[in-house]
Amino acid sequence: MATPLADRHAALGARMVEFAGWMMPLQYTGILEEHRAVRSRAGLFDLSHMGEIFVEGPEAADGLGLALTSNPGALKVGRAQYSMICFPDGGILDDLIVYRLADQRFMIVANASNSAAVSDALTARLAGLKLVLDDRSLATALVAIQGPRAAAIIGPLTDVDLTALRHYAIAEGTVAGVPALVARTGYTGEDGFEVFVEIGAGAVVWDALMAAGKAEGIVPVGLGARDTLRLEAGMPLYGNELGPDSTPFEAGLGRVVAFTKEGDFVGRAALAKAADEPRKRLVGLAVRGRGIARHGYEVFRGDRRTGIVTSGTLSPTLGDPIAMAYVAPSDAEPGTILEVAIRDQRVPAEVVALPFYKRPS
Amino acid sequence: MVPQDLRYTKEHEWVRVVGDMATVGITDYAAEQLGDIVFVELPEIGRAVVQATAIGVIESVKAVSDLFAPIGGEVVESNSELSTQPELVNSDPFGKGWMLRVKVDDADQVGGLLDAAAYEALIAEA
Repeated sequence: MATPLADRHAALGARMVEFAGWMMPLQYTGILEEHRAVRSRAGLFDLSHMGEIFVEGPEAADGLGLALTSNPGALKVGRAQYSMICFPDGGILDDLIVYRLADQRFMIVANASNSAAVSDALTARLAGLKLVLDDRSLATALVAIQGPRAAAIIGPLTDVDLTALRHYAIAEGTVAGVPALVARTGYTGEDGFEVFVEIGAGAVVWDALMAAGKAEGIVPVGLGARDTLRLEAGMPLYGNELGPDSTPFEAGLGRVVAFTKEGDFVGRAALAKAADEPRKRLVGLAVRGRGIARHGYEVFRGDRRTGIVTSGTLSPTLGDPIAMAYVAPSDAEPGTILEVAIRDQRVPAEVVALPFYKRPS
Repeated sequence: MVPQDLRYTKEHEWVRVVGDMATVGITDYAAEQLGDIVFVELPEIGRAVVQATAIGVIESVKAVSDLFAPIGGEVVESNSELSTQPELVNSDPFGKGWMLRVKVDDADQVGGLLDAAAYEALIAEA
């Protein structure tokens, strides 16, 4: 499938790749350059492949509380929470952001690769409740602007009061004259905004932000830099750090599981057990040698295999190789020296606290 | 852009042969496909390399790729600048981004390499 911005990517000379059934820009000018632009100025992302599922009705909050690990009913209107949807055995079906748009109206943003599965699971889990589920994934364009200059660029184009829009908040308004949901969320570790509009209006918003950002040095950013940005920020990627074989606790994201909420939820019993008995732990690794520890490389402590690398890159900001890995819980303490098998060599890697990069406040 | 005076492999290495000395690198096309190159691991000086075998590693931000010996012989020099400036392979793949000098042990091997026209046809198909 093509996003509504496909012709923009072609005109910009993007190298395209297939991702979750979508043709997406991998890079325009280069991953490093795009990455640095987001850290120092601003970058524009086409994320129209992601899933947007709306749930509305008097039982929407309670229904989502049953279907997800978090407690959407505790959200104030106009706020968002990071959440997960788990299988009954506690494995992760997807990680999500839940936005409360009104007392009885929520938007759930799912990964492109899981969008249909999340929609199906919600449909099944919410059946019979007083609510309507509307999967608008294919009818929605999502454009994200991220970076320290993002607010200055989008500010003049929107009637949303950005000074009142906090991190993990959302407001309805217009962007470039187009009705939009503007959320202060992202996947880069920088300040930034995600703009949800009707699919036909995606190009209007994209063009307006590119034009308004020109003086600030905005650049379009592809999936390549999106991956290095989120990795530096210590954010997990479904399929790498998250999946059916991992629980939120193993991923270090137990905060998304709200055991305090009323009633049962899918995976509750299994997750209660998983909270006390993690089989593995997700850690950050600072690789102390040449070479990049990549997805699938084995991790050792001495002669003992302790786990596997889930993501790795050369950190464009730090200039050093970084990785995330699942290791045995006993090997997950920061400061522990492990080794990654990079081809025929064992390269030392120190367990470090995540994230690798935190933006200056 | 494919320089006319070089020979090429299907794995996108280039070779410049002068006498019995060959200079080796990867092509502009290969560098662009790999994207931003961040590590280049080259064989030690003095090592005997066999044509078409993996002798080094090129890592970009998003991928890792083997360097194959386009020609057999003894490695007599490697581009030490690439250890601190691997990006030279992206910016100047046929020049400052060169990787190795190899003393060729059998000049007949050169005849088996692609000429510029054949290499251009190869990347046009890709």
